[in-house]
Amino acid sequence: MPSSASSDPREVILQAHHLTREFDGVRALDDFCFELRRGEVLGLLGANGAGKTTAMNCLLGLTLPTSGSVSAFGLDLQRHRIEILKRANFCSAYTALPGNLLVRQNLTVFARIYGVPDANARIAELMELLEIPHLAGRVTGQLSAGESTRVNLVKALLNRPELLMLDEPTASLDPDIADKVRKVVRRVQRENQLGILYTSHNMRDIEEVCDRVIFLHRGRVVCEGTPTDLLARSSSQSLEDVFIKIARDGEILQEPPTPPSA
Amino acid sequence: MNFRVIFALVLRYLYLYTRTPMRMVELVFWPVVDLVVWGNVTVFIQKNSNPDFGHFILFMLGGMILWDIMFRAQQGVAISFLEDVWTRNLLNVFVAPVRTSEYVGATFIVGLLRIAVTAVVLGLISWVGYAFNIFSLGGWLLPFFLNLLAFGWALGLLSTGLILRYGQAAESLAWAIPFFFQPVVAVFYRVEDMPAWSQPIAWCLPPTYIFEGMRQVMQSGQMRWDYLAWAAGLNVLCLAGAGALFGWILQQTRRRGLLTKFATQ
Ligand SMILES: Nc1ncnc2c1ncn2[C@@H]1O[C@H](COP(=O)(O)OP(=O)(O)OP(=O)(O)O)[C@@H](O)[C@H]1O
Ligand SMILES: [Mg+2]
Repeated sequence: MPSSASSDPREVILQAHHLTREFDGVRALDDFCFELRRGEVLGLLGANGAGKTTAMNCLLGLTLPTSGSVSAFGLDLQRHRIEILKRANFCSAYTALPGNLLVRQNLTVFARIYGVPDANARIAELMELLEIPHLAGRVTGQLSAGESTRVNLVKALLNRPELLMLDEPTASLDPDIADKVRKVVRRVQRENQLGILYTSHNMRDIEEVCDRVIFLHRGRVVCEGTPTDLLARSSSQSLEDVFIKIARDGEILQEPPTPPSA
Repeated sequence: MNFRVIFALVLRYLYLYTRTPMRMVELVFWPVVDLVVWGNVTVFIQKNSNPDFGHFILFMLGGMILWDIMFRAQQGVAISFLEDVWTRNLLNVFVAPVRTSEYVGATFIVGLLRIAVTAVVLGLISWVGYAFNIFSLGGWLLPFFLNLLAFGWALGLLSTGLILRYGQAAESLAWAIPFFFQPVVAVFYRVEDMPAWSQPIAWCLPPTYIFEGMRQVMQSGQMRWDYLAWAAGLNVLCLAGAGALFGWILQQTRRRGLLTKFATQ
C-alpha cells in the first residue's frame, strides 16, 4: 500500500502539459496546463461543453490528446498507464457498474482487479462510511441514481487511491446525501492526503470541497484561484455569479491590480 | 387504428434502417448464407450418394457440433465485451489497471468455459437422441477442440474490433461474423464438392482442415497429419493477425476519443 503520509505533501502528482484535443476541427481542449498536488482538491469548472469531461478523459488516458502530454506521480501517462492507474481511481455519475450483478459481486470484482488486500473488510468499511451497508445484496441495476453514485464511490475508494478523479459525483444526489458525500470525500481526502480533481455544476460542492478551482471556457483555462480569491477578484456575491459571468462572455478575471481591502 | 400513427412508426423504422446501413446488410446477409450452405449441402449429397461413402447424418451432426464449439468460443469473446458495453462498465474497466492482453485473456477463458458446457450438452443429446457419439472421434477430439477454440477466439477478436470501430450499430456482427465464414470452411460438406472458385479460400482457413479431418476420421479412423499442422499454423497466424488488428483499432478509438462515447452511451 502506498504510504502517502511519508511523502512530500506538496509533491505534484498530476500534471497536464499543453493538452490540446480536437474533435473534427473543434477544439474541446486548448493548450490546457495544470498541476495537482498531493492533498489538494482542485475543482474543474465550466459551462456545458467547456471541456471538463474531455480533460478528465485525457488525464485518464481514455482519450489521447491531439498534442501535449500528461504525467502522474512523475511518470508519463502514455508509457506508464497501468502503474499510474493502480494508484488512481475514477468515478462519474455517467458510468455504472454492471446492473445485472449484486452490489457485493461488483465490488468484489473491482477489489480483485485492484488487488485490494483483505477485500471483504475493505468493502464493508467503505460501505459503512458511505452509509450503504444495506445495499450489499441488492441488484446494482435496480438502485436509485443516488444509491448507485455512492456504490460507485465505494468502487473509487477501494484501492486507497492517491489520486482521485470525480466527474460530477453529486449530479444526482439529494441535498442531504450530497452533503454527506461531500463530507466523506473531504474526510477521506484529509486522512489520506488524497489529491482530487473534481468537476461539478454545483457551486455549493465547489465552495465546500475545493481548495482551488480552474475555470475552463471553450477548452481554455480562463482563470484560476481559491474560491474566496475568485469571489474577491470578480467582485461577485457567489461562485454562481462568477460562473455565469465566465460562461456567458468568457470573461477573464485578471489578477486584482489592487486588493479590495488595500 | 389510426394509419397516421402506423405510418409515423414505419417512418421511424425506415429512418433507423437508413441511419444504420448494417441493418440493411443483415436483410441480405442471412438469407444468402443459408442459401449457399444448403445449396452446397445438396450438391455434396448428390455427388456422393453411394452406400460406401458413409452416413451423411453423422457427418452433419459432427459438423454441427464442432461448428457450435467454434461459434461458442467466438461468442465468449464478443459477448463478454458487449456485456461490458451494455452495462456501461467499459469505462470502469478502462480506468482500472487492466492491460488489453488481460482483458482479452479473460474473454478467451470465458470462451473456453462456454465451449465446455456446449460440448457436454450437445454430446449427450446427440448420443442419446441420434446414436451419434462425438467421443467416437477419440483422441482426435482434443486437437479439433483446440484448433476450433483458437479460430473462435480470433473471430471473437475480429468481431469485437469491428464493433469498437463501428459502434453499437455493428453489434449484430457479434453473431454474424462466424456465419460469414461458415459457407467456406466446409462444415457440412467436403471442399472438393464446393464450387471451384471457393476451394482456394477454404484451404486458407484453419477450420476447413478440422472439418475435413473430422469426416476422414469418421470414414477411416484416421486423418492426414499435415491437416492438423496446417490448421495449427494458420490459427497462429489468424490469432496474431486478429490480436494486432484489435490492438490497432483500440488505439485508434482512443485517438479519436470514441472510447468514452462508446462506454457511456
Ligand atoms: N468524441 C467526441 N466527438 C466529437 N466531439 C466531442 C467528443 N467528445 C466531446 N466532444 C465535444 O467537445 C466539447 C467538450 O465536451 P465535454 O464533454 O468535455 O464538456 P463538459 O465540460 O464535460 O460538459 P458538461 O458540463 O456538459 O459535462 C463539446 O463541444 C463536445 O461536443
Ligand atoms: Mg462533462
